[in-house]
Amino acid sequence: MVVVSMITFAIFFLVPRLAGQTPELMAARYVGPRARSDQYHEVAERLGFFDPIHVQYWHWLKAIFVGMEFNYGNGVEHCPAPCFGYSYLRSTPVWPDLLERVPVTASLAIGAAVIWVLFGVSTGVISALRRGSIFDRVSMGTALAGVSLPIFFTGLMTLVIFSYGHPFRITAPGSSYTPFTENPAEWAYDLILPWITLAFLFAAAYARLTRAGMLETMHEDFIRTARAKGLAERAVVLKHGLRAALTPIVTIFGLDLGLLLGGAVLTESTFSLPGLGKYAVDAVMRQDFPQVMGVTMFATFFIVVANLVVDILYAVVDPRVRVG
Amino acid sequence: MRKKTVSTVATATVLAMAMSACSSTPNNGGTNAPTPEFNAAVGKIYYESDYKGGTLKFAISEDWDSVDPGDTYYGLSWNLVRLYARSLVMYRPAPGPAGLELVPDLAESLGEVSDDGLTWTYRLREGVKFEDGTPITSKDVKYAVMRAIDTTGTLQNGVGIQGGYLQAILDLPDGDYGPYAAPGQDVSAITTPDDRTIVFHLKQPFSGFDYIAMLPLTAPVPESADDGVNYKTHVVSSGPYKFESYNAGVGFTLVRNENWDPATDPNRKALPDRYEIRLGVAADDIDNQIASGDLDVDLAGTGVQSAMLAQVLDENNPLHARADNPGSARQWYTSIIGRTAPLDNVHCRRAILYAYDRTGYQTAYGGPLAGGDISTQALVPPIPGYQKFDLYPAGPDNTGDLDKARQELAECGHPNGFDITIAYRSDRPKEQAVAESLQQSLARVGINLTLLGHPTSGYFSSFTDEFIREHNIGLATNGWAADWNDGYGFLGAIVDSRLIGPGSSNLGVNDPSIDALIDQALLEPDLDKRTAIWSEIDRKVMEGAFIVPGVWSKAVTLRSKNAANVFVHEAFGQYDYMAMSVAPPA
Repeated sequence: MVVVSMITFAIFFLVPRLAGQTPELMAARYVGPRARSDQYHEVAERLGFFDPIHVQYWHWLKAIFVGMEFNYGNGVEHCPAPCFGYSYLRSTPVWPDLLERVPVTASLAIGAAVIWVLFGVSTGVISALRRGSIFDRVSMGTALAGVSLPIFFTGLMTLVIFSYGHPFRITAPGSSYTPFTENPAEWAYDLILPWITLAFLFAAAYARLTRAGMLETMHEDFIRTARAKGLAERAVVLKHGLRAALTPIVTIFGLDLGLLLGGAVLTESTFSLPGLGKYAVDAVMRQDFPQVMGVTMFATFFIVVANLVVDILYAVVDPRVRVG
Repeated sequence: MRKKTVSTVATATVLAMAMSACSSTPNNGGTNAPTPEFNAAVGKIYYESDYKGGTLKFAISEDWDSVDPGDTYYGLSWNLVRLYARSLVMYRPAPGPAGLELVPDLAESLGEVSDDGLTWTYRLREGVKFEDGTPITSKDVKYAVMRAIDTTGTLQNGVGIQGGYLQAILDLPDGDYGPYAAPGQDVSAITTPDDRTIVFHLKQPFSGFDYIAMLPLTAPVPESADDGVNYKTHVVSSGPYKFESYNAGVGFTLVRNENWDPATDPNRKALPDRYEIRLGVAADDIDNQIASGDLDVDLAGTGVQSAMLAQVLDENNPLHARADNPGSARQWYTSIIGRTAPLDNVHCRRAILYAYDRTGYQTAYGGPLAGGDISTQALVPPIPGYQKFDLYPAGPDNTGDLDKARQELAECGHPNGFDITIAYRSDRPKEQAVAESLQQSLARVGINLTLLGHPTSGYFSSFTDEFIREHNIGLATNGWAADWNDGYGFLGAIVDSRLIGPGSSNLGVNDPSIDALIDQALLEPDLDKRTAIWSEIDRKVMEGAFIVPGVWSKAVTLRSKNAANVFVHEAFGQYDYMAMSVAPPA
C-alpha cells in the first residue's frame, strides 16, 4: 500500500511537473475560467503547490491518517481523517463521496458476480461433460461472443432491446438506482440489466475456464479411482472433479471481484450508475486531481484485499496448500 | 437435468414478462394531447393544461457549478433555480418575446429609482416565507447579496461573476466586504429601513438595475442556515418546491414546499408534485430516454447528440415532430486582435471579413439547425436593439467576396496577404473546426493562419501582451451568451475596450467612441432610446471590423412525451423548466 501511495502520488504530482505544468497552471484548474494570473499565484501558494515534493507527499499521506485543514476562502475547511484528498473544484472532501458510492459499485459487482459464477461455472461443467454436443457448441460460441464484445456495445444493445420504452421491458432505464435498504425489489429491478451485461462478459470467460479445467481433471487418475470406488457420478463430478478444477477459478474470481469493487468503469458509465467507476471517469474529465487520486487509492485497496482473500481461500479449496 | 434447465428459463421469462407488465407506464400524454409538430414549443405553448400532480424527470450528463442561487452562473441553473428560489424580479414565464419582459417576483413591483438615479428601492410582498415558515425579510435578501459578492471569493461563481455587475455599480466600501470577509460589518450600499424594504445605493446611475434584481443572488438566504460553499447541500427554499434530498454529483429531488403561498406568487403555477433531477447520465442515454418517454428534459438544453440528431432531422421519423429548434442569446464568433500588426489597420481587418467563408463557419458548428444561423453582426436576434444588417456581403453563396477582400488588402498595404496566428480552445472540436475553416478560406487571398490550441481552462487569462506578441496572435475564437437579454447584458462585457486585458472576454473591440456610447446607454433611463444606442454600438463594432461574426447559436431539442405547458423561454433559450408540467393521464 505504501508503494501504491507513492506511485499514485508520483503520477499525479511529478508527471504533470515533468510535462511542463507549473504550480500556477495547476492552480488555474481550481480558480475558474475568468481568473487573473495574479490569482493563480495566490491560489497555488494557498494550496501548497510550491512546497518541495517530499513535503507535499507527507502532507497528503498524513491527511489520510489524521485529517487536514484546507485554507479555502471562507476561513478553513476541515477534511477529517481518513482524508483522501479535498476536491477544490467541488469544495468537498473526497472520502464521504467514496463511501456514498461504494454501495452502488458493490451492488453491481456482487450481483453480477453471483450471476456469472452460477451461469459460467455450471455452463462450463455441463459443456465439459457433454463435450461436442450441441449445448457445448452453442454455449462456447456464445461465450466467445461474450468475451469479445465490449461492454459499451452489449450495454447499449440491452438498453435498446430491453429498456427504452419497450413493451417487454424488464428493467428500469439507465441511470436508475435505488438503495437496497430502501426497496430491495426496486434495487434488483434497476440493476438487472447492468448485472446481466457485466455478468455476460465474465460468465463467458468462466465458462471457458471451467470447461477446460473440467476436461483436464475428468481424465485424471483420481477420478477413475473415485468411479472405481463406486461413487455416484454426481459425487464424482461435484466433489472430486469440480473441486480440483476450482482452484484457478477462485484465483481469477477474487481478482475480478476486487477489480470491480474498485469501480466497474465501463458498465457504470454505460448505465450511468453513480458508482466508483463513474466517479473516477467524471473526475478525470474534470481534471479533478484529488478525486482521481482518492478513488485510485481506494480501488487499489480492494485489489490488495482481494489478493489476500484469494491466498487464504487457496488453503480452503486446495488441501495441498495448507501449511503443516 | 435438461428438463430442469428448461423450466428455470421458462420461470425466468414469465417473471420478466410479469415485471414488464408492472413497469409499462402510459406514455401517450393524455386524451386531449395536441398533435405534435416541429417547433410546436417555439414562440407558443405546446399543450396547455392545468392538470396538477405527477413527477417531472430531468437529467444532465455533467454536473453544473452549484444549486446555490448565489453561486451559480449557468443559464440552465438560473432557469431551474426559480423552482426553489425567488429573486426580487424575474422574467415573465411566457413564450416568445413576452418572456423577455421583467416582472416582480419576491418584490411587489419593479424597482423604484430615485430622481438622481442613485438609489433603487424594492418592497417585498406581504406573507412570503421560507420553507420552515419563517417570514422572509429584506435583511435576508441583503444577506444573500452580500454573501454572493463576498471578497473572500467563497462563492466562486458569485464574486466577480454573477455579482460582477453589482460590484461595479454598488457603492461598496474599499477593501473587504461580505459576511465571511468582514463579519459584523454593516455595509451602507444596501439598506433595509424596515423588514419589507430594501434599498440599493449606487455610485453611478444604472438604468437597467431591474436586470440585476433578477439575478438569482437576490433570492433570500437565512443567515442562520448559511455555511458558505456548503450551503448548496441544504438550500433553504423560498419558492414552491424544496429539496427533499441532495446527493452531490448524483442528483436531487424537489418536493412541494408547504410554506409557499400561491397568493404571494402570480408567476408560478407549481403544477407538478415532484421533480427528480439526475446528474452524470450519459448524454446518448438521456436522448434515448427522452425519446422513449422515460425522461422529460435534458437540463443542459444545448441540443441532442449526433446519434439522435440524425433521427430527429429525418422528416419521416416520428421524433421529428417532437423536436424544437430554439435559438439562444448566444453567438459563436472570432475576435480580431488589433494589437497585432497588420491588424491595427482597419482595412486588413475588413479584408478578413470579406474573405472568410461564412458557410464554413456554420458547418463547423453543425449546420443551420444544430449549429445556428449565419451571423453578420455582434448582436443576436433575441436581444432588443437587434436590427439585421450586413456590412460585408459575402456573395450569393455566402462563401466570401474575394475581389473586395483583395481591394481591402491593397488599401492596407498588404496586397499579397500576411501571416498571423489564430488561437482556439483545443478541447472544443467545433472551435478547432472553425480555425481550420478560417485557415482554408483566408488562404485564398494570401492571409495565412497558424493554428494555436489552448485549453479552455485559463484561455482568456492567457491573452497577455507578451503572449499575443510572442505567438503573433491576430485571431482568437470566442463565444458569448447574454447574462441577461438587453444590450448591456449581451455586449457590455465584450465590446468595452476598457476591459481588455488578461481574463476579459473582450479580446479586440477597441474603440473609444463605443466606450462613450456604453456610458451613455447606462445613464439613459428611457428604454427605447437605450435600445437605439445598443443598435448603434452593434453597427460601430462591425464598421471597425473588430469581430468575425460566426453563428447565432441554435439547438435541436427533444420535447417530452409526458409533459404539458412546454415552451422555449427566450431569456434562457431553453424550455421553461418552471412552467412545464405533467400531462394529464389518459
